[in-house]
Amino acid sequence: MIRIDSVTKRYPDGTVAVDRLSLEIPDRSITVLVGPSGCGKTTTLRMINRMVEPSEGTILLDGKDILQQPVNTLRRSMGYVIQNAGLFQHRTIVDNIATVPRMLGWGKDKARARARELMERVGLDAALARRYPYQLSGGQQQRVGVARALAADPPVLLMDEPFSAVDPVVRKGLQDELLRIQEELGKTIVFVTHDIDEAVKIGTMVAVMRTGGKLAQFAPPAELLSDPADAFVEDFLGADRGIRRLSFFPSAGLDLLTTPIVAIDSTAEQIAARDTDDVPYLLVTDLDGRPLGWCEPRDLTAGAVEAEQLLPYGRPFVAGTDSLRAALDCAVLSPTGWAVAVDAEGRAAGVVSQQTIGEAIRGAHAEGRKTDKTDKTARVAR
Amino acid sequence: MNLINFINAFFSDSAHWTGYDGIPTRVGEHIQYTLQALVLAAAIGLPVGLITGHTGRGGNALSLIATAGRALPTFGLLVLMTLMLGFGLVNVMIPLIVLAVPPILVTTYEAMRSVDPSPVDAARGMGMSEAQVLFQVELPAALPLILSGLRSAAIQIVSTATIAAYVSLGGLGRYIVDGLYQRNYEKVVGGATLVAGLALVTLALFWAVHRTAVSRGVRGSG
Repeated sequence: MIRIDSVTKRYPDGTVAVDRLSLEIPDRSITVLVGPSGCGKTTTLRMINRMVEPSEGTILLDGKDILQQPVNTLRRSMGYVIQNAGLFQHRTIVDNIATVPRMLGWGKDKARARARELMERVGLDAALARRYPYQLSGGQQQRVGVARALAADPPVLLMDEPFSAVDPVVRKGLQDELLRIQEELGKTIVFVTHDIDEAVKIGTMVAVMRTGGKLAQFAPPAELLSDPADAFVEDFLGADRGIRRLSFFPSAGLDLLTTPIVAIDSTAEQIAARDTDDVPYLLVTDLDGRPLGWCEPRDLTAGAVEAEQLLPYGRPFVAGTDSLRAALDCAVLSPTGWAVAVDAEGRAAGVVSQQTIGEAIRGAHAEGRKTDKTDKTARVAR
Repeated sequence: MNLINFINAFFSDSAHWTGYDGIPTRVGEHIQYTLQALVLAAAIGLPVGLITGHTGRGGNALSLIATAGRALPTFGLLVLMTLMLGFGLVNVMIPLIVLAVPPILVTTYEAMRSVDPSPVDAARGMGMSEAQVLFQVELPAALPLILSGLRSAAIQIVSTATIAAYVSLGGLGRYIVDGLYQRNYEKVVGGATLVAGLALVTLALFWAVHRTAVSRGVRGSG
């Protein structure tokens, strides 16, 4: 465990970058330091591997003061990933990744074999091994940066705004990849970002820092969204924190209606049987059960329905896997106000109204108050 | 007679190809002076430039020295040295080194300062020693610029090493100085042509070094 104990960083000109900060960074989880620029989050991270020396206070790594350890030994035991990847332009991808193992005295072949293994783990094509950094896209370079940090299998990974310089689509991919890798490797990761959405998405614990290097709140993301400690944190979380919090509630408990689902080849009797007062529309599916679109029952005569006549259903959510946020989003996007749930294969699993989703949200909130803290493991995709 | 005829006459005269005043001897001497001056200038300029560039300290002092060095007239310095120390190779080397150190020193310093800071930060963060950071990260990235500094120094030395002839030494300057004295313009033009040729060979050599010593990754990203 990394324990930051009332650490202060004061520069010779009197600026205080970090002010009596105390944090306990749990093992084998992602702790995110987030805050506006100038809040001391990067300085805090850089004090952990002694790229910046604290003015006061102590930082303990597994109970040992990091200032008592030889600085380069300490750094080699921690992976370090920075914003622009910081790859060595003169080395091939495989040799970039093999850097730390080579420094630790591994043979060239062994280090390269390890590097290739890591390329696969971070989702890089093996054909890129002999390329040079300038031949890679920003996202690929950042993957190399992560692979390089993981090369010597350090227990700790320090990541300083690693995904800030890539476009949102690539960033999302990198975040998902990091979560997947973390699930496999279980590193102790300290992650700095200025992006609260990123913090909430990937953090097990989130430390919100404010200008002047002070800790504003240290909590799991769901708790951060439900109970911001003060006006600063609330403001920093943004206006739609209620909606975002729904990402932490599973859609598994939603009552899905299957009655209004009809296949496109249904007979008049079958359609009549499906037409109930509960739902003003029928969801038409293809012969495999995949949703095609909505239709008013009176427009639907057996065998005569054309795909063009159907109302679009927006985007479906995956029942059970997606969160209530995804379900609500689908209901909002659907012109009929009803969300379509599908199973993993994309077949219609049921439909659910905004009203039902609203009830589920109220139920989840009540549940949240009862257990006080939402279990982090209840977090689902999106 | 025009220039081409001078050149033709000079190079076709078999007397110019043998003996202590023959082309091979003079070219050999010229190369020797050039190499000596370049190696000594690099021995001063490279380490100082690398270290000041790596630490980022002493940049102002460096540019001051460089400006002063460039302001010194090479020929004047040669005369001064000879008056002070008499005739000898040292008197020639000192002005040549004073001429060559500033471009090497300043470009090396600038090359090191212009290295992208993020790989350097990453290198330190993964536990490289300062020497490893300098030689494994900064130097390979700074190499193209450093080589260009060495190249301009080398070219300047090649063309300026002709002054050795003024103080009774050899080299290609011999042809120019003697030719002017003897009003033998064929000799003057021949000597000048050889100097120009040697400068071109120097350029080619540095191009080859650049191709082999600079990583493909750095050439491509530049």
